[in-house]
Amino acid sequence: MRVHAQRAGALLGGLSFPALSFADWTVNMTPGVTGTSNDIFDLHMTIFWICVAIGVVVFGIMFWSIFAHRKSQGAKPANFHENTLVEVLWTLIPLVILVIMAIPATATLVDMYDTTESDIDIKVTGYQWKWQYEYINEDFGYFSNLTTPADQISNRQTKGENYLLEVDNPMVIPVGKKVRFLLTANDVIHSWWVPDFGVKKDAIPGFINEAWTRVDVPGTYRGQCTELCGKNHGFMPVVVKAVPEEEYNTWVADQKAAAEKERELTEKDWTMEELMARGEKAYALNCAACHQADGSGAPPAFPALKGGAIATGEMAAHIDIVVNGKSGTAMQAFGGQLNEADLAAIITYERNAWGNKVGDMVTPKEIFDYKNQQ
Amino acid sequence: MSAVADTHAQDHHHGPASGISRWLLTTNHKDIGTMYLIFSFTMFLLGGTMAMVIRAELFQPGLQIVQPEFFNQMTTMHGLIMVFGAVMPAFVGLANWMIPLMIGAPDMALPRMNNWSFWLLPCAFLILVSTLFMEGGAPNFGWTFYAPLSTTYGPPSTTFFIFAIHIMGVSSIMGAINVIATVLNMRAPGMTLMKMPMFVWTWLITAFLLIAVMPVLAGVVTMMLMDINFGTSFFNAAGGGDPVLFQHVFWFFGHPEVYIMILPAFGAISHIIPAFSRKRLFGYASMVYAVGAIALLSFLVWAHHMFTVGVPVAGQLFFMYATLLIAVPTGVKVFNWVATMFRGSLTFEAPMLFAIAFVILFSIGGFSGLMLAIAPADFQYHDTYFVVAHFHYVLVPGAIFGIFASAYFWLPKWTGHMYDETLAKTHFWLSFIGMNLAFFPMHFLGLAGMPRRIPDYALQFADFNMVSSVGAFMFGSTQLLFLLIVVKCARGGEKAPANPWDGAEGLSGKYPHRRPTTPFPLPQK
Repeated sequence: MRVHAQRAGALLGGLSFPALSFADWTVNMTPGVTGTSNDIFDLHMTIFWICVAIGVVVFGIMFWSIFAHRKSQGAKPANFHENTLVEVLWTLIPLVILVIMAIPATATLVDMYDTTESDIDIKVTGYQWKWQYEYINEDFGYFSNLTTPADQISNRQTKGENYLLEVDNPMVIPVGKKVRFLLTANDVIHSWWVPDFGVKKDAIPGFINEAWTRVDVPGTYRGQCTELCGKNHGFMPVVVKAVPEEEYNTWVADQKAAAEKERELTEKDWTMEELMARGEKAYALNCAACHQADGSGAPPAFPALKGGAIATGEMAAHIDIVVNGKSGTAMQAFGGQLNEADLAAIITYERNAWGNKVGDMVTPKEIFDYKNQQ
Repeated sequence: MSAVADTHAQDHHHGPASGISRWLLTTNHKDIGTMYLIFSFTMFLLGGTMAMVIRAELFQPGLQIVQPEFFNQMTTMHGLIMVFGAVMPAFVGLANWMIPLMIGAPDMALPRMNNWSFWLLPCAFLILVSTLFMEGGAPNFGWTFYAPLSTTYGPPSTTFFIFAIHIMGVSSIMGAINVIATVLNMRAPGMTLMKMPMFVWTWLITAFLLIAVMPVLAGVVTMMLMDINFGTSFFNAAGGGDPVLFQHVFWFFGHPEVYIMILPAFGAISHIIPAFSRKRLFGYASMVYAVGAIALLSFLVWAHHMFTVGVPVAGQLFFMYATLLIAVPTGVKVFNWVATMFRGSLTFEAPMLFAIAFVILFSIGGFSGLMLAIAPADFQYHDTYFVVAHFHYVLVPGAIFGIFASAYFWLPKWTGHMYDETLAKTHFWLSFIGMNLAFFPMHFLGLAGMPRRIPDYALQFADFNMVSSVGAFMFGSTQLLFLLIVVKCARGGEKAPANPWDGAEGLSGKYPHRRPTTPFPLPQK
């Protein structure tokens, strides 16, 4: 089948398939690496085999009838059309099977809902189309963006091993600790899923959902957003690194130091060139998904910035829309998402890139003041 | 009632209007039934074409044919068109044709409303399909249109989508009222409720489901309309609203809706299997009670579509138990069909082939449904291709194969000619193989972790997606064969006897084919 499929593909697409060298024919769920995911796997296999057993009996009788009671074989129809005992039995037996099945399912569910006594709390916020991870007790947080290059998605480059499942900043958790996730969203509903943990929970604006996990095996675990959240729903993966506790502590210390450094950037004196260079990178990460790398946008939902009224108009209006967003549209308020240096760099970049020649710039300090006077 | 019948008898010389006005003005249940069926098949091909676009894009990893925005429009429109345009109107068409014949009524109870409820549908779908050409594109938020993606973040065409849904709802409610009025008032003398044919029973219950839930759908889209255009915040958390409320209201409609799409097929299959087994339906009474039980339970299980939204654990357990309970009456139906075949005298014409495939494949869809009902396991299955596989197994070999089986079963009655059996069997086998090739691998994809509604996927999903696409192309192109068979049968062919299937029972076999378009007066109570 695989050979045929490949040939058919090559015939239709006229393309080679380096991709298929990574492909596999997995047909079942994996047990995963947590107690919950193993419990779920056991439930899954139990109910699966129950279904197989019922199927074998029912389809067996059916195939026997098809085989033995054919008119062409001279079968004469019998005359029965009801039997109370049989009918009561095939109502009660499934009922009993279901009750037996419901008992372990209830136990697992109650355990999955027990989010008490966690060691670490991480707030997970879904954005179109990235995840934000905030370590609530440690006073730092960051965004996690897809890093698969656009050229791989549009088939101009060979696809990498973790195509669409790779991010710049994975979530990091220590092994052996109970980690509680507090899930919410900034815009539309997202859903945070790591199959190996058996954790999937919707991130809903205005709600905070809870889930928990305890991972015992160090490693990198990958998942995806599983609730349709717009254009780039297929492009916001979840990557979690489970590391030994000492490594986790070192990582936390580094993150705190880095967060402090980021805050100092606001005080620095910036030149136009520095802002433009930083702006190009920050724009690609935060703005290009909608407004496109060349500023052309995708009207009417995502207006063009190249020659656009805001990007070439008054500075105050430009700052306002980037910091506060525009309600009723997909334009988010980036004031709370990005630091002042990135905001200033992006605004400056948008006013002076792709042929926009406003020529002015805004400094991180000015953004800081703007946010504080609000 | 006899006065009405007399008037009809004197109207014979009128005959139908000629040309296009025959179809625009007709109040004849057979003409309207035919129009429903033609409309439904047209929508089936349109929705199917969109499925082909989806499968072509998913043929291999990477973005090749369409961009994600358009991909999302395709998945949304495919779902909406198949549910509201293909499956539901097909069953209304079958009801229009067969219910009066089965209960011995001269026509549907409310013929003018019948005409109106049909002609609303082309209008609704013209509006819905026209959104594809609007600025910002068609609805792109999935057929379940979860807020706030469909409200605050929806494209400008969403208002047109809401209007189209309203019109479809009006059409469905009128169709349902007509079925209830006909079945309760116009049965031939002596036909008590517990003597009604199964198809009439299932449609009667379906009609009550429609009347119960279509207003709920109308309510939810009206709240969306208010949120989008009039500044309310039903579903907008920033304004004090609740995005989860949308899902509760939607699925309170949505779950009975899935039974609306399958119960009439249950009824039709309950005619076809006995006919080709030459044996009475096993357990008629338990079949009726099972359909009633399924319909009642369908109102109590909606939140099993929402196991991951954070319903409290007690609610989670209630909905899990209630959902598991539905397996009991559904199982009874399957067991009854198998018991009907057992020790019968079986032949395998096209309607029977589709009916047998219906029982087997619908049961497989039922099994995956049972797995999905286990709430903890659903955390892994939810919103993956496992769910896509599940509902395509209940809808394609369930609803769609049920419709094909009914069409082949009753085509001789409708046209007076036998269809081409060889072509029909070819249609069955190609559909059967194509459908399984398309949808079975989706179980594996879902279990391996592929989310639904994504235009591009990680490399480990490549092989099964390719297989699935090949199967989908096979299934899709095969449906043109069905068009050929029906056209051929309508234009001529071997004359069909009054009762073309020697095992079939019921009143419909007692009428000559193609009764005059003027209603045939029958004694009434």
